[in-house]
Amino acid sequence: MKFRNLALAAAIASVGLSSAVFSTAAQAQAQDQFFPVLVYRTGAYAANGNPWANGYVDYLKPINAQGGINGVKLTYEECEFGYATDRGVECYERLKGKNATLFQSLSTGVTFALTDKATVDKIPLITAGYGRSESQDGSVFTWNFPLLGSYWVGADVAIQHIGKQEGGLDKLKGKKIALVYHDSPFGKEPIPLLQERAKMHGFELQLLPVAHPGVEQKATWLQIRRDRPDHVLLWGWGVMNSTAIKEAQATGYPREKMLGIWWAGAEPDVKDVGAGAKGYSALTLQHGAEPNSKVVKDMLAMVHDKGQGTGPKEEVGSVLYMRGLISAMLGVEGVRQAQERYGKGKVMTGEQVRWGLENLNLDQGKLDAMGFAGVMRPVQTSCTDHMGSSWVRVHTWDGSKWAFSSDWYQADDKVLRPMVLEAASKYAAEKNLQRRTAEQCAQ
Amino acid sequence: MFYRENGQFKTSYAADQQIFTIAQDKWFVWGLIAFAALAVPMLADEYMFRAILIPFLVLSLAALGVNLLVGYCGQITLGAGAFMAIGAYAAYNFMVRIDGMPLVLAMLLGGVSAAAFGILFGIPSLRVRGLYLAVATLAAQFLCDWAFLRIGWFTNHSSSGSVSVAKLEMLGWVIDSPTEKYLFCLAFVIAFAFIAKNLTRAAIGRQWMAIRDMDVAAEVIGIRPMFAKLSAFAVSSFFVGVAGALWGFVHLGSWEPAAFSVDRSFQLLFMVIIGGMGSIMGSFFGAAFIVILPIFLNQFLPLLGSLVGVTVSTAGISHAELIIFGSLIIFFLIVEPHGLARLWSIAKQKLRLWPFPH
Repeated sequence: MKFRNLALAAAIASVGLSSAVFSTAAQAQAQDQFFPVLVYRTGAYAANGNPWANGYVDYLKPINAQGGINGVKLTYEECEFGYATDRGVECYERLKGKNATLFQSLSTGVTFALTDKATVDKIPLITAGYGRSESQDGSVFTWNFPLLGSYWVGADVAIQHIGKQEGGLDKLKGKKIALVYHDSPFGKEPIPLLQERAKMHGFELQLLPVAHPGVEQKATWLQIRRDRPDHVLLWGWGVMNSTAIKEAQATGYPREKMLGIWWAGAEPDVKDVGAGAKGYSALTLQHGAEPNSKVVKDMLAMVHDKGQGTGPKEEVGSVLYMRGLISAMLGVEGVRQAQERYGKGKVMTGEQVRWGLENLNLDQGKLDAMGFAGVMRPVQTSCTDHMGSSWVRVHTWDGSKWAFSSDWYQADDKVLRPMVLEAASKYAAEKNLQRRTAEQCAQ
Repeated sequence: MFYRENGQFKTSYAADQQIFTIAQDKWFVWGLIAFAALAVPMLADEYMFRAILIPFLVLSLAALGVNLLVGYCGQITLGAGAFMAIGAYAAYNFMVRIDGMPLVLAMLLGGVSAAAFGILFGIPSLRVRGLYLAVATLAAQFLCDWAFLRIGWFTNHSSSGSVSVAKLEMLGWVIDSPTEKYLFCLAFVIAFAFIAKNLTRAAIGRQWMAIRDMDVAAEVIGIRPMFAKLSAFAVSSFFVGVAGALWGFVHLGSWEPAAFSVDRSFQLLFMVIIGGMGSIMGSFFGAAFIVILPIFLNQFLPLLGSLVGVTVSTAGISHAELIIFGSLIIFFLIVEPHGLARLWSIAKQKLRLWPFPH
């Protein structure tokens, strides 16, 4: 009897499985522009993944109410992958079948895994502020778009900022800079550029890896206490950031000498430490916390006041919420740009959206009209430059909120460009790819 | 009624030594292989191949390898993820550093490298047993995690520590579509499953099982424990290494050491325990349970929710998935501590009497 029930349950489960799997694949819709949303609302990085996902989805919601993109309605679906690369790839495969417009993976590991797949499937991959730095070279990385900045941009500006604090880049000679990084492709990305800069200016670079998820950093900070580096760069994500700041506090390392990447400079990273994080600075991917900008007020009015907000109302305008919002905006604008060429009011395919992203031209007027005045600077992409902009500011935690503490910086193209070209060429050689010619670019 | 061996007489030693002595079993397995090789490529879509079937096949192969060691030889290992990593990185290095290296040869050499390390890390098994051995094999895991993250040579000095493979090609056959990748993996899995089945029926497999059941007694009747244990480590690591190469080359395409973390080792051990220790079939059941069930739950729960008019949040689904998955593990372990394979053989027993039990 017991066995019969079991067999019955197993049979039902297997039927359910096949129907669930097949039905999702069959649901491909053609009339709507479908935005897949890869999120992590659970797991070790959920505190940071949540506001990003909420901002992303919040931006998509009011677009339909305003008539869609030239009349084309948007649909979206979330897929939870918990920052695990294999589950991220599964999500990609699942949502790809529904006519996905573009993917934003919010994980460097998933980006690496998808770079090869996106080429075959002809779906653009936006990695705004993460992913592979060399994918800026669009003539090799046809489908990757590290819009607004790569880790090499971040590393370059970090050194420029430290140089300025010291009173000039030439003063960096003989100084010691430690990089405390998440031991993953994400954390390792800036190392080549920092090594290049170390050679140029003669500072000593100390590499201190922290194992995933980053809650155990005692040894790292004991090393810092012993060696007393002049500056510490923090390349962390999620719980690693707050742990690092707490450890800095415990070892007495001045927070003013610490500079984080833009993924280590949001509210969840410092809130737990509160006043202890005062003076800690981080780079911003153009935007910081912008609670007073027009786009935030629009979001509050159009989404949250109607009770459609995805997350808590307080988080609207926070750093990672804004990043999700801007990421969604870039995707939507890519579709809009594609419609300019391939027909307004039509649903764009992945290939067409790729063209749109490659010819993105968001000047200050357009950005201001969308409510991004004071939040973002112009973005213009091209076939050879898939990044479009390399503006960075620095903001500092004053104990209760983030406030901008520097002027705009721009990454030094003289340093960046040769490295991007070299790394992209190496990738092209490994994969037997040909660079796109000028004619292919024009198509 | 249908499943009984009445009237099937074995008239030769060869017939008596078949893998499947009952004709129905033989037909079933041939039918299954034919279904997997001929019908599935026509039925399944890209999502099924790339997200479900290929990971399932590759992890089945890895679970099979672990089962040879844990289930047949009784040596608990927590280093399976490390041996997968060694297989993948060794195959990658053979491909990158030797011009014109054939793909299959590189993968098999990856397996051989893993086997060599398997023997090395199997040496403690001559002195320590059970949980202590499990802890000793963990050393392999940590060493590999460290080596592939820190030593640039293994990753061909990739700045991010992530490696990726170029086009897969075998004798002019370019393996790029999901169907081709699936068939490529399937061929490996079928070949290795037959090898494993025959190994376990041969002298060496009997030695492993003797060691598992009572190593002192085995030694008394003339089995060399060193040879038996180390050969089990070598063969198991070879299987796991080839699976690792397939995982990296065919499934992921580009990977970082985190793809073969300690979580993977635990996952493989759980597959063996849930699927059934000392059973070839059990490895497949275990892999199916661990690979497919979470994905199924993740897609089934929102459907279930929409049926009763509830929209479940993304995070809610994810939490529910873990809760249900965890309770199912406990449920199956209570109902059948010998694993899903045991349920399978009970089913066969019942089928013999069906439809007239008594």
